[in-house]
Amino acid sequence: MQVQVADTPLQSNAPTGDIRTAWDRHRFDIKVVNPANKRKYTVIVVGSGLAGASAAATLAELGYNVLCFCFQDSPRRAHSIAAQGGINAAKNYQNDGDSIWRLFYDTVKGGDYRARESNVYRLAQVSVNIIDQAVGQGVPFAREYGGMLANRSFGGALVSRTFYARGQTGQQLLLGAYQALSRQIADGNVTMFPRTEMLDLVIQDGHARGIVTRNLMSGKLESYCADAVVLGSGGYSNVFYLSTNAMGCNVTAAWRAAKRGAYFANPCYTQIHPTCIPVGGSYQSKLTLMSESLRNDGRVWVPKDPKHCWDEGSGRLGADPTTLGTEQRDYYLERRYPTFGNLVPRDVASRAAKMACDEGKGVAFGGRGVYLDFAEAVGRLGKDGVAERYGNLFEMYQRITGDDPYSTPMRIYPAPHYTMGGLWVDYNLQSNVPGLFVIGEANFSDHGSNRLGASALMQGLADGYFVLPYTIGHYLAQVGARPKSTESSDFKAAEDAAEGRIKKLLGMSGTKSVDSFHRELGLKVWEHCGMARTREGLTELLGEIPKLRERFWSEVNVPGNDRGVNQSLERAGRVADFLEFAEVLALDALTREESCGGHFRVEHQTEGGEAKRNDEDFSFVSAWEYTGEDSQPVLHKEPLDFEYVKLTQRSYK
Amino acid sequence: MKITLNVWRQNGPNDKGRFETYVRTDVSEHMSFLEMLDVVNDDLESQGKEPIVFEHDCREGICGACGFMINGVPHGHRARTTTCQLHMREFKDGAEITIEPFRAKGFPVVKDLMVDRSAFDRIIQAGGYISIRTGSTVDANATPIGKEIADQAFDAATCIGCGACVASCPNAAAMLFTGAKLSHLNLMPQGQPERYQRTQDMVTAMDAEDFGHCSNFGECTVVCPKGISLDVIAQMNRDHLRAQWKLRSS
Repeated sequence: MQVQVADTPLQSNAPTGDIRTAWDRHRFDIKVVNPANKRKYTVIVVGSGLAGASAAATLAELGYNVLCFCFQDSPRRAHSIAAQGGINAAKNYQNDGDSIWRLFYDTVKGGDYRARESNVYRLAQVSVNIIDQAVGQGVPFAREYGGMLANRSFGGALVSRTFYARGQTGQQLLLGAYQALSRQIADGNVTMFPRTEMLDLVIQDGHARGIVTRNLMSGKLESYCADAVVLGSGGYSNVFYLSTNAMGCNVTAAWRAAKRGAYFANPCYTQIHPTCIPVGGSYQSKLTLMSESLRNDGRVWVPKDPKHCWDEGSGRLGADPTTLGTEQRDYYLERRYPTFGNLVPRDVASRAAKMACDEGKGVAFGGRGVYLDFAEAVGRLGKDGVAERYGNLFEMYQRITGDDPYSTPMRIYPAPHYTMGGLWVDYNLQSNVPGLFVIGEANFSDHGSNRLGASALMQGLADGYFVLPYTIGHYLAQVGARPKSTESSDFKAAEDAAEGRIKKLLGMSGTKSVDSFHRELGLKVWEHCGMARTREGLTELLGEIPKLRERFWSEVNVPGNDRGVNQSLERAGRVADFLEFAEVLALDALTREESCGGHFRVEHQTEGGEAKRNDEDFSFVSAWEYTGEDSQPVLHKEPLDFEYVKLTQRSYK
Repeated sequence: MKITLNVWRQNGPNDKGRFETYVRTDVSEHMSFLEMLDVVNDDLESQGKEPIVFEHDCREGICGACGFMINGVPHGHRARTTTCQLHMREFKDGAEITIEPFRAKGFPVVKDLMVDRSAFDRIIQAGGYISIRTGSTVDANATPIGKEIADQAFDAATCIGCGACVASCPNAAAMLFTGAKLSHLNLMPQGQPERYQRTQDMVTAMDAEDFGHCSNFGECTVVCPKGISLDVIAQMNRDHLRAQWKLRSS
């Protein structure tokens, strides 16, 4: 497929020279805002998850005025809270040979060589500060009896560098950031706007200067002006409708910024998490993740004989797994990847599950599920030992499925979980729009085409606590404090556009619910742009999305009005944005003629069925510039140079 | 399954509100409770009627957004389970289920099943944190914490801020919520410097909201989806008493 490619490559603005001293040198070279002047600046932070809350709290501590927005009723409910497994840091507390260099190397390799080296090195460096910070805040990480912090090894790592708080690490880290944020709210340094959704970005003289929001309680549209805008609005997994993301997660803030000129980078890098509870029926509203840490002790298998598997006719999920002997089971991960076994990275584990089910060996509804078996672990550790490690996860599994995983294997299947793609940012986490910064999952920066387990929490907090607070000063010091007023034509135009869209949505008098369109879009995107992608499938998808969008805008019914609470209207706006965004996702997947990490193109695989990269032609970041509703986006390329990590075919055999 | 739902509909804080009845005959026992409501809402929406407003987000029992009264019990009768994690297999075919918002003065109804729980945020803002700046900490292992203390603090820290404790309490007290945050921070060595001021400030903030006081019914701990123990209330009362003494003499 032919797309228009911009002439000038994008510049990462990363410092040159030795990567190990780059961040130190950069912090010295960038401009610093005089402490006394900080209060003259206002920064908008959209989102209150790990990235948003940590950034808002830290910026406020530094003396900036911060306006923080979230759509939830409280900043404590952002979806970072649901992260289970843990957070990586190169502390080497286990004395097993970990180092900043090793974490850097693992992350670049795990990302299948599609991440920017300079960013990843910095991430590994500040990882150690995050743990110190969190412990200082009172985050109750798991401890050993001697009082020291405990660690575990996590998907794709050969060292134990993951810090965890039972299966609720995200909750505890988010509460730490929320508490730091609460302190700044109490001190008057942060003004918090819960139940408020960003509907547009306002650009003045080429700089991001504010946002238009809707108060989800009163329905009122409001504008806010600031010296810089920071988006920490999360990822877009809900484009698949069924994902492990919270129901409210959406692409609206990022997509609205993209429509105002911010480039959207690598949208096709989506992560499918291997261990989720399979779909149970057509009413399914979301999928539940079971922490990947389960793979440390659980063994993945399917029956060798398809007659012990899902039976369409009777609706039987599979033969009683406890009656099948070892010789009747295929432990396919251990068989194909003897070194890493059940601990292969997420993308590898997910595709292997799909392959097993494609062969008719699935053991859940629709033939989409494999076993994760703890019988061996219960034998080795005892039921109490297993409960100590995974008790709350087992409870959750039993609540949802009615099955007891201590006595019968869990059923799992991959589900969309995280998106590595996001708005393009440079080394300073600034987008191509001056004054617009993007942090956490909302940016594209550190995970390449596949994120390693326990690295999302690390990146969100690294961006918010230890990177953005410095780099934003460089921008602010250069532009100086400016008058902050929403009385201008740019703000008025953005408000009018937002109001027009709401009126249009409410004016529809079709007969279909908002969710029915979201579901339909999700199924199509999952089918053609999910775990395995083909040229034909993606081409078909690109043809279908505009048709679905057209139907949405004539057949949907959004009841109620624009005053007061209207959850249908909230969802309708988000689904409308997904219907636009999905197109650039599919286009990106179609034009990246290689397989890497979470992006698997069936046409590009090795003989063993593994992802086959094309480093010659595709060692670049694809950043898409929106050019209008009916015109194709323009591709901007940021070349990726690997000076420190040697490119190899990833192998976990 | 056939399910008859009596749902509280209230079109805003000043509306009087009333029950409306919805009957479904196509409920699957594998549905979650909220998925069952999704199906009801989907139909209402496609008929151009306003769907039932309820709060929910993660649907994994951790964000604390969901929660309403199911047959008079916050989050329903299944122990240690949030509304979003409750499944229809817990109900009998033909069951009649009554759904209402949390009823508490401190949680005014916004619409239908949605209530305003911002009082919880204000209690945390009064002192539910350790006052350190980003970057000002020592190495994480410089503060050893025995596993026992760490586990106790963790148990308290698992609170999801859903408000079931308040909704179940005859006095609509928020002491399990406030006590949980206090126990989390007050038990750990990092939390010691501000221990008594924090206790004083959070209790004062709690009292300033429309919450009542604990009279040891213990309903809160029974309905708490995370099983937070009543011990946190005892610990809070003890620290509050000590705070009166310590803060007076300083």
